[in-house]
Amino acid sequence: MLRIENLSVRLQKKMILKNVCLQIPPGEVHVLFGPNGSGKTTLLMTIMGFPEYEVVSGRIIFQGEDITSLSIDERARRGIGLSFQRPPTIKGLKTGHMLEVCNRSHQDIDPYIRQLHFEDFLARDINQGFSGGEIKKSELLQLLAQHPQMVCLDEPESGVDLENISLIGDVINQVFQKDWPAKRTKCRREIKEERQMAGLIITHTGYILNYIEADRGHVMIEGTIACGGNPREMLRNIKKVGYEECVRCLI
Amino acid sequence: MSDIRKERAQKALQKKALYGSDIDLKQFSMSSPEESYEEDLSKLPPEMAGQILSAGIETKEENRSATYLQKNHSVIHCQTRQDGVEVLNIDDALAKYDWLHKYYWNMVSVDQDKYTAMAYLHPHHGYFIRALPDTKTILPVQACLYLEQENLVQNVHNIIIAEEGSELNIITGCAGSSRPGKGLHIGISEFYVKRGARLTFTMIHNWAEDMEVRPRSAALVENSGVFISNYISMKKIRSLQMYPITYLRGKDALVRYYNILVSPKGANLDIGSCVYLEAPGSRAEVQSRAISTGGQICARGRLVGKEENIKAHLECRGLLLEKEGMIQAVPELEAHLPGVDLSHEAAVGKIAQEEIHYLMARGLPEAEAIAAIVRGFLNVDIVGLPRELQSELNRVVEESEKTLL
Repeated sequence: MLRIENLSVRLQKKMILKNVCLQIPPGEVHVLFGPNGSGKTTLLMTIMGFPEYEVVSGRIIFQGEDITSLSIDERARRGIGLSFQRPPTIKGLKTGHMLEVCNRSHQDIDPYIRQLHFEDFLARDINQGFSGGEIKKSELLQLLAQHPQMVCLDEPESGVDLENISLIGDVINQVFQKDWPAKRTKCRREIKEERQMAGLIITHTGYILNYIEADRGHVMIEGTIACGGNPREMLRNIKKVGYEECVRCLI
Repeated sequence: MSDIRKERAQKALQKKALYGSDIDLKQFSMSSPEESYEEDLSKLPPEMAGQILSAGIETKEENRSATYLQKNHSVIHCQTRQDGVEVLNIDDALAKYDWLHKYYWNMVSVDQDKYTAMAYLHPHHGYFIRALPDTKTILPVQACLYLEQENLVQNVHNIIIAEEGSELNIITGCAGSSRPGKGLHIGISEFYVKRGARLTFTMIHNWAEDMEVRPRSAALVENSGVFISNYISMKKIRSLQMYPITYLRGKDALVRYYNILVSPKGANLDIGSCVYLEAPGSRAEVQSRAISTGGQICARGRLVGKEENIKAHLECRGLLLEKEGMIQAVPELEAHLPGVDLSHEAAVGKIAQEEIHYLMARGLPEAEAIAAIVRGFLNVDIVGLPRELQSELNRVVEESEKTLL
């Protein structure tokens, strides 16, 4: 689905990413761990194509196409979806209207609106006075409406209270088709084989892994991907010894 | 015409207005042939019907309780369809009601500037709209001032009275022929919102490009009266200057002003809203949205607190879409007592890149993203606006957005 080759990125004259390589096959959800300031968000923003993130070298291949020089909206229309950590407020633009704007392929997202208890927010200006959890819900709904091929989530657990985090986790699992509905006609293998949605989730604390299923983890240190492996095993070790161990691996 | 007023007006004929470019009145013609009365508005020429529709005036009159239509200097249609609502040519009304003379030139003085003087000395009708006590009009009254003749000055005087306990909704559309040509419109308007009455007045300007417009208006609101004034000007206009005043004289009186202003290249808008809070418990809100696509806008606001326990807020937001344009916000607050609560908020700038990128990340091309942001910017939630008026307002704004973007 996504292949990143030797990507180096500069932001405001400073090199942030150095020779990053990453591959995410269809149907897989990858987690990117790393300390604050290691370049995780930069990687997501570069995948989405924000112009202030300047690609110095390397390529981003999405579904076989080199998208390195495409604009943000072209990438979005090709199927990359990004949830923003701190999205801007747009006064006068109602959340309900925003969902319509995202919904180019006429997805039925009403069940998700109900599931996330978001009905009352549709008449409010997008992100105006939203709490951390409300922002996450609004971003998720926009992604569901947008119906991308790959979803990038930036710290989906930050600023969300306990009650909402499992609700949000449930919806994320549904997005990634990692949910096993109680009543189902298909067998588990079939469901698994049908999975196409790829995901890249940034997490600083790893807390979200208690709620969602991920296939593979990576650690980013100082703008480079230091190692990869089973996400839960990696998280357990990071919690035990911190990111210093990853720094040691790099040297 | 009283001799004293006439003398004062004549002395003021050279008096420049405080704001706005000075207009040489001599360049305009004062005479216009009498136009024939039109019983059936569907027989209006299509060009005129289209222009007035863009100013919110329906020729079918289906969703309107009354219509007043003036073309140049002639009243060509005036009809009421609801009991308790009076709509008359102002001259007929003055002839009919002796008491009306006390309301005429009561709040706007003839020697305010050369434009008021001109309107006093050379009146060309205008409308009188009145809701009798406790009458509720759900469907709006529509009034239209249309200027077609080139180089003409149109001086109108309007008086609107919402009697005690009544509810009156008015759409006033001011429009001009789409043909290029100079013209001057001077409109004197005096509003009276009596005890417990509610007046919603929506003025939509759709003038020709080369027009100069100088409205002069004032409103008086009594106890618990509510005055909502919406003003929309989204088309190119050479110059427009106005600074309407509302006097909140009664306890718990309320006024809300909403201004939606768009200034294309070559246009010059200088628009203010002034409120005197003169009774305890009175409240005011002024909201302006100004967009420059190359033209000039000055959005003024003045709140004067003269009584205990009053509250008023002024908000102006401006958006510059082109380099050539200019937006100026001039808020003024004047408190005469402790215990008044006056505030203002102003922000002028360009669209934040962050907002454009956010929408682009959802798949919108840049131009569509900008359009969605501008649409949101102009989307003011007008508290207490009747649904019919809101949909009319949305229609006019949406139509203008198409030419704007």
